[in-house]
Amino acid sequence: MPTPLTPVLSATWDARDSWTLDAYEKQGGYQALRTALTMEPDAVVALVKDSGLRGRGGAGFPTGMKWGFLPKPDGGPRYLVVNADESEPGTCKDIPLMLASPHVLVEGAIIAAHAIRAAKAFIYLRGEVVHVYRRLLAAVAEAKDRGYLGANILGSGFDLDLVVHAGAGAYICGEETALLDSLEGRRGQPRLRPPFPAVAGLYARPTVVNNVESIASVPSIVANGPDWFSGMGTGKSAGVGLFSLSGHVTRPGQYEAPLGITLRELLDLAGGVRHGHELKFWTPGGSSTPLLTAEHLDVPLDFESVAGAGSMLGTRALQIFDETTSVVRAVLRWTEFYAHESCGKCTPCREGTYWLVQVLRRIEAGKGTEEDIEKLLDICDNILGRAFCALGDGATSPIVSAVKFFRDEFVAGTHTPAWELFPYERSTLFAEVPAR
Amino acid sequence: MLQTAPRAPSDDKRWRMVDTRMRRLGFSPDGLIEVLHTAQEAFGYLEPEALDYIGASLGVPPSRVYGVATFYSHFTLKPKGRHTCVVCTGTACYINGAGAILRRIEDDLHVRPGETTEDEEVSLLTARCIGACSLAPAVVLDGRIQGKLGPDDVMNRLEQL
Ligand SMILES: Cc1cc2nc3c(=O)[nH]c(=O)nc-3n(C[C@H](O)[C@H](O)[C@H](O)COP(=O)(O)O)c2cc1C
Ligand code: SF4
Ligand code: FES
Repeated sequence: MPTPLTPVLSATWDARDSWTLDAYEKQGGYQALRTALTMEPDAVVALVKDSGLRGRGGAGFPTGMKWGFLPKPDGGPRYLVVNADESEPGTCKDIPLMLASPHVLVEGAIIAAHAIRAAKAFIYLRGEVVHVYRRLLAAVAEAKDRGYLGANILGSGFDLDLVVHAGAGAYICGEETALLDSLEGRRGQPRLRPPFPAVAGLYARPTVVNNVESIASVPSIVANGPDWFSGMGTGKSAGVGLFSLSGHVTRPGQYEAPLGITLRELLDLAGGVRHGHELKFWTPGGSSTPLLTAEHLDVPLDFESVAGAGSMLGTRALQIFDETTSVVRAVLRWTEFYAHESCGKCTPCREGTYWLVQVLRRIEAGKGTEEDIEKLLDICDNILGRAFCALGDGATSPIVSAVKFFRDEFVAGTHTPAWELFPYERSTLFAEVPAR
Repeated sequence: MLQTAPRAPSDDKRWRMVDTRMRRLGFSPDGLIEVLHTAQEAFGYLEPEALDYIGASLGVPPSRVYGVATFYSHFTLKPKGRHTCVVCTGTACYINGAGAILRRIEDDLHVRPGETTEDEEVSLLTARCIGACSLAPAVVLDGRIQGKLGPDDVMNRLEQL
């Protein structure tokens, strides 16, 4: 059987010094930029539209269409912002990409800025990843030295200033409007939409916010043409994407494959579930996407099919849990994360996530009551659709889906602690001291 | 100039780093987060005088400076130890034994997450997923990621710091 692996972004990751400009140019780097600069900006937008590229940051919004939403230039500033805040639990694709091949992101950002006629671009990087920050700064400096950034790029008359900005630790800053507030030096809290960033974004000026992987996909699309890209993947989910596998899997890591590959195929590549164990549940796109189980092993991992299975493709963060894992425990951990990261702007999420944690802790300790399961679902119902941003909605996903597939375990939480049903040392690599 | 520039809280040389950073950013109020980063790098934490001074220099009211400094988990208003040890307690690390590592450090060094040991040697912190899930369980010792270590290995490395 031919391998379904299709390395495009990851093709050069194991080349020697892959992160340097010399290595990148040796692989044909910055040729796409030369091509793009000979094109009219609108033609670049049209090309990306034709490729069928959809945002890789979670929501899957068509990238070319987003660029096309910007109003006509009025002489004032316009901005490109690359969302490199990657913090969704389980998602580890943008950070390895930037570490191994920062120049593909820089090249993509220059092409995208040219397409939307922006003279200033930002990469908003998660603050904790200092090693990536240094690498991006070095890449930007190299690109500037060789005339790919700055004034009159490659003699085309196009100017671009690219700034790498480090965040300071807040998951909510990945939400695009919170990110813009954070870039402006404030607390990162989501803004009311409309107006959308395309109309009034950074400093109330037209702004495009795109995920790292979306922007990094642009050079290869320009180089190989839109048909090459749309020829891969399935139906409305074109192209390839990075799938991050983690948890109870033999060889965790990033696997690049066409959208529409299944978890069964990916697990084959990754050496299967932890030896001697079997799949219990998994997330298709990080913890904000509803859980799936072993019955969904053959669901094509594209936007439509995963939605059809009742979940979301999200960021393709496949976290694998085997039968030793307590679903109550896993869900509680995520919920604690959301309660901690809730920005506090709206009541349903700020208060709701707090109460979800209290109820889940009771259930984990085997001290839940008959009404607790209904209470959980009721709180979720009061958050979903009533929260100001998608963080609140996302917080309810693991809970509602876990109750749907594993209600028994929640019922057991009315009499038996989760650590007796699922001794934690069985699910970890190292012996674990019993929970406090 | 219409108003006199605020004076640094002391003649500690590290204020010059903060001043340079503010000058490079043109004393723009939007530079607040960058400047707080620099101040924390220089001093290890943000003391009240630092917040007042930076706010006054950038023309940002104290309420907003304090709001920003407490909103982001990277900033700390308490002094840190000589070394830092961040244990990732994200999902992948958690199921791969982050809990055992954390408890071992807590028990052996008598310190809880967010605290510093009595001898001011080690500050223990926890982080949500740091994007190194395939190295789970991940620990960051003095800024360097170490993966796939058990509690004993982590204690050994901590002693070697
Ligand atoms: C709570 C929350 C966190 C998010 N975190 C990220 C992130 O870390 N990186 C990212 O690219 N998008 C993140 N998003 C999605 C962004 O809001 C936005 O949709 C995305 O950056 C758009 O880029 P794309 O169209 O290229 O996918 C997050 C959304 C929410 C609600
Ligand atoms: S849903 Fe949560 S994170 Fe989003 S605005 Fe409301 S409180 Fe903030
Ligand atoms: S969970 Fe620890 S690095 Fe991802």
